[in-house]
Amino acid sequence: MQVDRLAAGGRIDRGRPLSFTFNGKAYQGFAGDTLASALLANGVRLTARSFKYHRPRGIIGSGVEEPSALVELTGDDASANQPATTVQLRDGLQAKSVNCWPSPVVDFGSVNQMISRFLPAGFYYKTFKWPNWHLYEPSIRKAAGLAAAPQNPPAGGHFENRFGHCDILIAGAGPAGLMAALVAARAGKRVMIADEGREAGGSLLNRRLTINCRDAAHWVAETIAELNTLANVTHLQNASVWAYREHNYLMVTERTSDNPSLIERNWRVRAGHVICATGAIERSLVFGNNDRPGVMLASAAQSYVNRYALRPGKRAVIFTNNDSAYAVANDLATAGVDIAAIVDSRNEVPREVRATIQETDVFAGHVVTTTKGGRKLRGVEVAPVEGGKSQQISCDLLAMSGGWNPAVHLWSQSRGTLRYDDQLACYVPDQPAQASSSVGAADGKLTLKEAMKSGADAAASLCATGPAAIPQSDDIDYSISPLWRVEQAQGPAFLDIQNDVTVDDVHLALREGYDNIEHVKRYTTGGMGLDQGKTGNINIVGTVALQKDVPLQDLGPTTFRSPYTPVSFGAIAGIREGSVVQPYRHTPITEWNLDRGAFMYEAGARWRRPGYFPRDGESFQDTVNRECRTVRNGVGVYDGSPLGTYELKGRDVGRFLDHIYSNIMSTLKPGQGRYGLMLSDDGLILDDGVALRLDEYRWIVSTSTGHADAINSHMEELLQTQFPDWNVFITTVTSQWNNATICGPRARDVLAALSTDIDTSSQALPFMTFADGQVAGLPARVVRVSFTGELSFEINVAPRHMRELWAKIMEAGAPHGIEPIGSEANHVLRVEKGFLSLGHEVDGTVDAHDLGMGWVMSKKKSDYLGKRSVNLRREGEAVRRELVG
Amino acid sequence: MLNIPCPFCGQRNESEFAYGGPVKPDRPQPDKVSNDQWVDYLTQVPNPLGPVEERWWHVKGCGTWLTIWRDTRTHDIVEEPGDAG
Repeated sequence: MQVDRLAAGGRIDRGRPLSFTFNGKAYQGFAGDTLASALLANGVRLTARSFKYHRPRGIIGSGVEEPSALVELTGDDASANQPATTVQLRDGLQAKSVNCWPSPVVDFGSVNQMISRFLPAGFYYKTFKWPNWHLYEPSIRKAAGLAAAPQNPPAGGHFENRFGHCDILIAGAGPAGLMAALVAARAGKRVMIADEGREAGGSLLNRRLTINCRDAAHWVAETIAELNTLANVTHLQNASVWAYREHNYLMVTERTSDNPSLIERNWRVRAGHVICATGAIERSLVFGNNDRPGVMLASAAQSYVNRYALRPGKRAVIFTNNDSAYAVANDLATAGVDIAAIVDSRNEVPREVRATIQETDVFAGHVVTTTKGGRKLRGVEVAPVEGGKSQQISCDLLAMSGGWNPAVHLWSQSRGTLRYDDQLACYVPDQPAQASSSVGAADGKLTLKEAMKSGADAAASLCATGPAAIPQSDDIDYSISPLWRVEQAQGPAFLDIQNDVTVDDVHLALREGYDNIEHVKRYTTGGMGLDQGKTGNINIVGTVALQKDVPLQDLGPTTFRSPYTPVSFGAIAGIREGSVVQPYRHTPITEWNLDRGAFMYEAGARWRRPGYFPRDGESFQDTVNRECRTVRNGVGVYDGSPLGTYELKGRDVGRFLDHIYSNIMSTLKPGQGRYGLMLSDDGLILDDGVALRLDEYRWIVSTSTGHADAINSHMEELLQTQFPDWNVFITTVTSQWNNATICGPRARDVLAALSTDIDTSSQALPFMTFADGQVAGLPARVVRVSFTGELSFEINVAPRHMRELWAKIMEAGAPHGIEPIGSEANHVLRVEKGFLSLGHEVDGTVDAHDLGMGWVMSKKKSDYLGKRSVNLRREGEAVRRELVG
Repeated sequence: MLNIPCPFCGQRNESEFAYGGPVKPDRPQPDKVSNDQWVDYLTQVPNPLGPVEERWWHVKGCGTWLTIWRDTRTHDIVEEPGDAG
């Protein structure tokens, strides 16, 4: 039964009832509800237990500021730690409270309340020091934390990333953002407007205001309709701008219902200019037991009664230090809530504000010192702010307003500076750091008229269109006298409700020497919850300011960091999950390898290569031994295609290779190749490989598989930055050539059986030479190199011929007992011959001498990369390790 | 994400580039410098608070190694070191 639902009004669709469960109990709400509003409409007040002390908690906010009502969604769209105020209700939704077991009503963890004085600020850190963290760790880990992360990925749907580009990005579609969008869009700018709400309108959805003498909702609808007709406008709803990075690069996560298979889309937007129209967030007030279910932000109560058409209480007390709560009192009264009293900490209430609510008791110069009740609010204790006799007022709703904080999060992330505004008692944007501006409530323009004007003006000045017409609107003025905490508070007075941080905790942190505001934050964890202290942070600053007797300007708020609201990992990853994160690279032989039963390895740089080809009944060692014997005694073949291959062309290639290799390459004749080492200039081995000279100006450089990209970068950097006048051009041809390497004493027989026009005799084609010709009817380059130490012919062909070549090799080699060999056997074979492998013997700390390869270090060349450093290092007496055997 | 001006491709996302590090002084002639000078050349990398000249490789674009001045405090890319704020 939606016992607290109003009969009419609100922005909900009573024709579309939705069923959901909360902590296993079935309820009903309407389309347009959030989980929070649906729970309140059903009379549910106790929704959660607190993080540390397991105190009973209810719903405090109505949007992203919610510090208290966290839920875990179960079922298909399982998700942990969602504020109930941002979960849109849908049919079949299953939610449960976090932080309590078995339920928020009967919660065994609530014994923590009794030992709360042993859990002060920093207790967690103190356990590190004494007597032994490991003593506490298991129980603390279990008790702390919130809901568990879902076990499985979402059952259906996917995430995606998308790039966006615009002249002007507007964050927030409230009155200021919409005005800015309208002016900029009419001027023809490419406008992107992103708003985190289900529908546009911002604060206008929650309040009862008029624009052009009609309900403000009409103006919102008209404006959106106009924007949607313009091709230069991208309008995103349900889209949170959560990060403002350097060079006007912003992250926007959109949850769209247009495409049911799309869970979330993360936009990466590069904007010419950013207009922060992010609105303002109401502060809580800090008094005793200010966390009891039934205590709510005044703006939230207003939102529930106006937007969601429900009664958050039957009898309300309003506690405020500013004018905005008077409109809330009016709206609640209109909906039939009995307003017991308005408690205003200011001694003087502006007359025109007082006049808006005639028949209600206003306790000026009074504060709420504590609340009464258990799991539900039953009343409040009210006393004069100067001290004196208190009286009790019974109520089941306390709507509190500590004033308004401009939502400067994005502005601040962009490194825009803030200043403390004494008049408004809050931090407001000061100097921009990037191409950005702040408008509306986000800029401290807290009345509707000012907000709309600031939005229009900002856009007009960007578009140079001259002042825009501002619609007429009504709103009362705003004034405030800050109240950072109630001094006579009785009972714990929470500053950060999510992390259970009280005034006493902050005072303790100050006493223990943590008096920098950033230290207070870390030590108390105030502002470090999922809500990032949206309602409480400035009260912490104010509390510190009072205690230290310094102005708030000198303390500054703590640093605002992204994300503004929690973001799912899926949205950031987009489609990059599983095999698409870093796809494997395959050669044309992969399928053949798999058919042959190869056990595949990653062979560096994401290449998939066969590790070994096991046969039935063979152990791993049997397989490797068999493959090795095949090569030593008969003939084997492997696919060497993943080796990095670069073609270098130009007059200065020889000179360049002499610089990057430790030995001399320039003396090679066309048709010859040479093994060499590349060193970095600090004398360590970068890579090894073979260089071939094709003709006077063309060379092939081959590198190890894993270092191919690094060597490409190395060569390009040297050529472009050190030797820009050298005539060398590099082309990556790794994937333009594939090769099958036939190795073993009978390799030449196999090549002969394949039929080739190349003379493969050791006189005509000695070691470290190559020849171009036909092999098995295919154009090929045959290279005499060896990785295994046996007679080897590397047959290079175009990739389109590789499978044909491979099949013919297997066929021609069959009478000779040819077998494919994997990288395991390859490694055994090369180790037996004492050949190097990058990443094994060469680990980034050894030089050529350590490896017994001093011969590769040219003594003739006066300079090459690494020479000076190797010599320098060996001048000293230091003992170096040496590879032996 | 930086917006890096490539002399051939214009403004491009940082994700198209590989970082090449701060520009070091020109490589000295190895046989013309003392051991200490050589070691300094190898190990001393500019790391200023403020504008730094650095290299980026447009590896997922045109392949150019380019040089920019970037203010390490703000990420602003400036024409000359003197232009930084």
